[in-house]
Amino acid sequence: MSEKSEVILEAKHVTKKFPAADGRFLLANNNVNLKMYKGKTLGLVGESGCGKSTFMKLLVSLDTPTEGQILYRGTDITKLKGEKLRQHRKHIQMVFQDPASSFHPKMKIRDIVCEPLLNFGNIRKSEKTEVCRKLLEMVELPGEYMDRYPHSLSGGQRQRVAIARALALEPEIIILDEATAALDVSVQKTIIELITKLQREKNITIGFICHDIALVQSVAHQVAVMYLGNVVEEIPGHELNTKAVHPYTKALMGSIFDIHMDYSRPIESIESEPPSPLDLPKGCPFQERCGYRMDVCKKEAPRMAEIAPGHSAACHLLNLTAR
Amino acid sequence: MLKLTDVTISYKNVPTVKNFNLDMKSGQIVSLVGESGSGKTTVIRAILGLLPGGGKVTGGQILFEGTDLLSYTQNQWRKLRGSDISMIFQDSGAMMNPTKKIGHIFTEYILTHEKISKKEAWDKGTRMLERMRLPSADHIMDSYSFQLSGGMRQRVGIAMGMTYQPKLLLADEPTSALDVTTQAQIVRQMVQLRDNYHTGILMVTHNLGVAAYMSDYLIVMKNGKIEDQGTREYILNSSVNEYTKKLLKAVPSLGGERYV
Repeated sequence: MSEKSEVILEAKHVTKKFPAADGRFLLANNNVNLKMYKGKTLGLVGESGCGKSTFMKLLVSLDTPTEGQILYRGTDITKLKGEKLRQHRKHIQMVFQDPASSFHPKMKIRDIVCEPLLNFGNIRKSEKTEVCRKLLEMVELPGEYMDRYPHSLSGGQRQRVAIARALALEPEIIILDEATAALDVSVQKTIIELITKLQREKNITIGFICHDIALVQSVAHQVAVMYLGNVVEEIPGHELNTKAVHPYTKALMGSIFDIHMDYSRPIESIESEPPSPLDLPKGCPFQERCGYRMDVCKKEAPRMAEIAPGHSAACHLLNLTAR
Repeated sequence: MLKLTDVTISYKNVPTVKNFNLDMKSGQIVSLVGESGSGKTTVIRAILGLLPGGGKVTGGQILFEGTDLLSYTQNQWRKLRGSDISMIFQDSGAMMNPTKKIGHIFTEYILTHEKISKKEAWDKGTRMLERMRLPSADHIMDSYSFQLSGGMRQRVGIAMGMTYQPKLLLADEPTSALDVTTQAQIVRQMVQLRDNYHTGILMVTHNLGVAAYMSDYLIVMKNGKIEDQGTREYILNSSVNEYTKKLLKAVPSLGGERYV
């Protein structure tokens, strides 16, 4: 799918370790390699604690990786400092899960939305009203809302304001970290429709973090499934439902309650919970919960191998069938 | 078993839930679905007399096994809660004292309902945890609630709620804070409770998929009123209500509508 579009952001062998007590390390990201293409959406899905938010934080330079490079149009952004880093930030913006806590409660919507523009000197203070009205209209909110405070908006409206703020600087990439998780399904749908509409109009690249694999496959061109800091499968969104091969991806899909499912069949899902990322097992990270565990899984970590263009997975099971 | 007739619940004299009717038989699973603020939680809190400050049932009747719950005294409520009717919250960790270990909380709970020795209560708690298929129950009894994962805490909450095999289990968004894989495990376990103990479950959820999977009967609420109700087959396939259809359409589904 991606041959035509250019790579904007590329993560190469990104590893992030956090120091923990007793000189141990928490491995949040382990050798992650992902690419983001112009105007496309990369979905990142996995259970809590799998490192998906950590990875996105690295992408927006809120943190630096322990090892590896993140290339934005060829420049390694992990090495940027000072004014260069500040100037770079306008290319990648972020929308958080809970806009109520990412807004200053005492700032009016007008000031919230225009703050990034003023910081970079793109507009004068006298232009605020006009610019803010345009941005609010872009996210389908009435311009009069600019005089309100965040607390007098509903969750969905606040999320729209957060999107307006993220898009104010006309970034090339926006990262949505569980941006719809706190919303009702009907509101979630309208926000998703808005995001995809804006993406088509402005050709924005989106990083979409979500724990709901059904939602991810409906908005993402490319989906990466993460487990305990590792990307275990990467697959085009429209093939996820039919062609996913990794046992973990299948387990995630099997545990979804779908309104179109067959209710006479018992729900399939994996038992237990992921082990602590502090003491990772040797070999494949998924071995303890996998129904297909073989001897090799305990000794050796599987590598990502390409199955089809745009589709790769890391599982020993695949090598077996290939041979 | 549980019958609500024309129940109206008000906060500071402003009616929030109006003319709510429900007739639940034992062993039935009923779900209340709807958006935030539609009054789902208010209804199940009223059944257990747990309305937060200023909330009051201002009209109608709540009959449980034929007796009117609204005429109960504080003492009668206390006896009822946790024995014949119990409740699971969204995050069971939040109802536990963070400075006390699970074992302490669990035995304290058992001792309020039963006159047995501490040792017996402790053993009873451990047995309940084992029955909920929690690994190493002894270890859990010796842990603080924050040391457990969300799924384990929820299982402890269910174990506590099921200790006296209640006739009715109220569940307020029991799986909303959990990952999908853990959610599937908890949902399966709750359906088993009905099969094994014939417990009726009244569940509040905004997840239509979970509601549809578990329930025999669904009630769709909107702005404090019942908007639509019926069996699973009716709600999912043949409901003509616009709001129900809108809600169903908004649920993302694998292989369903794609936006890109």
